Amino acid sequence: MAVTTALQRRAAGVFGRRPLFSALVALVVLMAFAEVALGPVRLGPSDLFSVLIGEGERGPTAILLQIRMPRMVLGLAVGIGLALSGCALQGVLRNPLADPGLIGVTAGAAVGAVGVIVLGNFFVGDLPAVVRPYALPLGAFFGGILVTGFVFTFAGRGGGTNVAMLILAGVAVNAIAGALIGAMVYISDDQQLRDLTFWSMGSIASGNWMSVTITAVIAVASGLFLLRMGRTLDLFQLGERAAFHAGVDIERQKRRIALLTALSVGAVTAAAGPIGFIGLVAPHMARLIVGPAHRHVLPAAALIGGALILGADLGVRLAVPPTEPPIGLATSMIGGPFFLWLLMRRMNKGGGNA
Amino acid sequence: MLEAQGITVSFGKTTVLRDVSLRVRPGELVALCGPNGAGKSTLLAAMAGDFQPERGQVFIEGAIITGLPPAELARRRAVLEQSPSLSAGFSVGELLALSIPRDVPPERADALIARKLHSVGLADRIGDTCQILSGGQRHRAHLARVLVQLAASDTPGTGYLMLDEPTSSLDIAHQITTMRIARRAAREGAGVLVVLHDLNLAAAFADRVALMHDGRMVADGPGAEIFTADSLSAIYETEIAVEREDGQAPRILPVYSPDVHAGPEL
Repeated sequence: MAVTTALQRRAAGVFGRRPLFSALVALVVLMAFAEVALGPVRLGPSDLFSVLIGEGERGPTAILLQIRMPRMVLGLAVGIGLALSGCALQGVLRNPLADPGLIGVTAGAAVGAVGVIVLGNFFVGDLPAVVRPYALPLGAFFGGILVTGFVFTFAGRGGGTNVAMLILAGVAVNAIAGALIGAMVYISDDQQLRDLTFWSMGSIASGNWMSVTITAVIAVASGLFLLRMGRTLDLFQLGERAAFHAGVDIERQKRRIALLTALSVGAVTAAAGPIGFIGLVAPHMARLIVGPAHRHVLPAAALIGGALILGADLGVRLAVPPTEPPIGLATSMIGGPFFLWLLMRRMNKGGGNA
Repeated sequence: MLEAQGITVSFGKTTVLRDVSLRVRPGELVALCGPNGAGKSTLLAAMAGDFQPERGQVFIEGAIITGLPPAELARRRAVLEQSPSLSAGFSVGELLALSIPRDVPPERADALIARKLHSVGLADRIGDTCQILSGGQRHRAHLARVLVQLAASDTPGTGYLMLDEPTSSLDIAHQITTMRIARRAAREGAGVLVVLHDLNLAAAFADRVALMHDGRMVADGPGAEIFTADSLSAIYETEIAVEREDGQAPRILPVYSPDVHAGPEL
């Protein structure tokens, strides 16, 4: 990891950051516990314990292992994946509004995933159950990397990245993606249509260990690489040219970040659908708590992202039991106003460029 | 030695540098002067290894500069951009710490940061957020960051320091301090290349002045020799007087004419 000089330690304040991170970890653990314990059927600690050591009754065992555990694991993977991707994109683009959803990476991934479902079916018939959990994230990855590549080229023109241009480009990408998805929905059959509709609202209720595992492995693996990029992302804050002067291989690091975020967002979107604003909200909250240095922001954002997703999921599930509205509705309901608030704050500052 | 050999650079159809050569030796302070658009910043960027010139080559200690990996290059040369920027809310200390490679022990890093911050007169601002500094203070903080980068390398004192108009946002006293810092870096063994608009600073502080005009190198030598009223008036297309006194750097004085009808149509 990057150096922590005594000066920085002093700058971190009297208490340092350790208690903050401990609190965040505790929050995530608490959320994860609530996620598996709460619901139409409440499971107490003793139920959870007996299921985990293999001596639970059939009912709780099925609920825990087949429904709530995969949901909790997927929720954490989604939160971590989106938060770290948002953090890395904001860092490399020097743009605090660069959320995978807003700039179109999620939409690109969605087109890829929908394309696999609908077109795959259209041309080669139903995908075999063995291939499907791999084909979806793969399709989503290609959709995501296409958009990320476009955004990086677009944003890199003329040196700095212009906030307004980036968001407007995102609007265009989202519109194109919407049209492509619309076209594919048009040729899909009834069952696909139903699947797609619910998927497109964003949900972590997949209940499928196979896809959950694949998503979690991809999100955590790319997350581990992103976590190590703190110093590089810090140097990007000087601008690309100065970062190069300070020793960063700009093109290589941008390729790496594009690849890792597309992998992460692709896997997450394929499994849980497009979930907005977590990649925007989590890094911002992280910066408020631990300061601007990316070696602190990245892990804090990952923890906050996981807690936010689980919190939002608990919120929608407990609000109208026993129905389970898609979580994407909740994140957009919280994230949308947050985004507007950020925009207004920037406008008041009179700043256009990051 | 840092050396540009006959480099030509174009942006689109505009040729910005035509067959330009320049040498910066260790221990030497070279000022790069010339009118706006003469190609000074482009030459500095090419000599920093930012891009491969169309023709010609830049060598650093004999190696083709664009062939070196960025991390290796960062150990051999440090660059202060004309308008340095920072997007994150780092403190002054954190800004300087960006230049510290991972393998430098914290105590040495702290000492280095404190020393360089002191030299630019910002020692007491170490904990302040960069955003609350004034434009000139921020520029000095970035200068300190660049000095830390050079000093943190394996062989402190050596390497090349490249400053693009480091004095343009500073008051007179800090212009002098900045040039003294550049001077000291040269005395400690670094090769220093400074783009300067202030010809008096160039004449007073530089071992050599490289004078550019319209993408060409038109003169290269001690300021006392190449700064003449005729050559400067011709290059800058305005009347410039040069006063000389024995044992002192020449004083360059623009001759102001308040007559709005003089010179080009306004």
